[in-house]
Amino acid sequence: MKVIQLQNVTKTFHRSGGQKLLRHYLEDILGKTDPERFFALKDVSFSVREGESVAVIGANGAGKSTLLSLVTGLAPPSTGTVTVNGRAAALLDLGSGFHPDLTGRENILLNASLLGFSRSRAHALYDKIVEFSELDDFIKEPLRTYSNGMMLRLAFSVAVNLEPQILIIDEVLAVGDQKFQAKCTEKIFEIRNEGRTILCVSHVSPTLRELCDRALWLDHGQLIMDGPIGEVSAAYEGRLTSPA
Amino acid sequence: MWKGDYLFLLQNLVVKDFKIRYRNMSLGVFWSLLNPLVMMSALTFVFTAVFPNNQIENFPIFVLCGLVPFNFFTVAWQNGTISVANNAGLIKRVPVPREIVPIATVLSTCVHLAIQIGLLLSMVIVFGRGVNWNWLWLPVVWGLEILFVCGITLMTSALDVYVRDVRYVVESACTLLFWMVPVFYAIHSVPQSYANLYQFNPLAALILALRTILIDGDSPSSTLLLKLAFSSTLVFAVGLYVFHRLKRQFFDYL
Repeated sequence: MKVIQLQNVTKTFHRSGGQKLLRHYLEDILGKTDPERFFALKDVSFSVREGESVAVIGANGAGKSTLLSLVTGLAPPSTGTVTVNGRAAALLDLGSGFHPDLTGRENILLNASLLGFSRSRAHALYDKIVEFSELDDFIKEPLRTYSNGMMLRLAFSVAVNLEPQILIIDEVLAVGDQKFQAKCTEKIFEIRNEGRTILCVSHVSPTLRELCDRALWLDHGQLIMDGPIGEVSAAYEGRLTSPA
Repeated sequence: MWKGDYLFLLQNLVVKDFKIRYRNMSLGVFWSLLNPLVMMSALTFVFTAVFPNNQIENFPIFVLCGLVPFNFFTVAWQNGTISVANNAGLIKRVPVPREIVPIATVLSTCVHLAIQIGLLLSMVIVFGRGVNWNWLWLPVVWGLEILFVCGITLMTSALDVYVRDVRYVVESACTLLFWMVPVFYAIHSVPQSYANLYQFNPLAALILALRTILIDGDSPSSTLLLKLAFSSTLVFAVGLYVFHRLKRQFFDYL
């Protein structure tokens, strides 16, 4: 079964970045601004089958994050179609739903509800999350008292324990100290081995090569290679070292 | 896309807003009471000592019946309007139904409102206007008011994403509104031709209904209730429609 399918997807953005004041609209009408749009993604088509783990690689600004926003349904494509079956939980920008004035516990429950969990389900998963995070008594303290590492640990624990059907990982394989990193990696492998789908955006690393079977290489919004991760990452690294 | 527990989410968001607002205030809920009391005293001083007014009895509760709805309306509307743009992080990263963000902001102001209604009702009793059966109308008129605020907030919060100036328009509208709804004057001081129009403004209609119920001890007139119900429902429907039309492009504009 295809869980993610993109057909001829193009996504363009305004150069202004969207933030608009009345002034900008007036300038548009008076023809003072450059109406040029840039392509974040250009005619991209691919599909991911259930249980596949796919890496998306490419330089900064290649359209990786845009691709993830489309898959999670946050942004509509400019043209083309995006079809996703199942709940995609994104580890995008860990802890984006967190608030520093709320305690760890309150943040966990808030995040669970944001991802669509019912009250009973959220309370049932709560203990598992706390245990995984190893935060112990800190869970009752406001988030602003946490260290950076503790915050990431909490965010990671929430994301991986909320049982996503499609796990989307955005550059977050390196969380916390080495011991916790190992634990995170192990958890992600466990999710993969359960047969769930993983879409991973990251820089090429040995862990990534081990985790994913397939890779998509994006360059300036275009999908230039789609194949087994070994071949794609070799080609990608070849491009980086040889002056093009 | 998002199939989840709306009530649980709404509750969490409302509690979040409320906790954040009060955790950073040493006197907490006291501040909710202080503002209307100060305004009540100032307006009472102006309109009983500076410009003496013999037509209105019990001026303090008369003006409080105007201030409590007015404060609720302006705070909920202004906070709600900026809520979508201010929660860009959430909107861009979590596929929650977008409508829930402005609605939760309005509802979290209701916690604040409940405290102020408590103050209003105790003042009514202190001034010797007892409890009567018509108090049963209170939940009806407040409910319609909240519906109205949700509607207008859905509209302006969606527009604010596209044009950030909307929040300043809302701010000015609130300042203007203080004079255009009968907060510190009676509706019978307004020329008849305008007075009928006033009743279509749900905020003015609510203030009039509150005075009828709490001061006169009467039930609000059916034309007033119908106008309140009609405009609140209409505004809510239009608000939902506008928000629904605009939300698709939120990601690109945040």
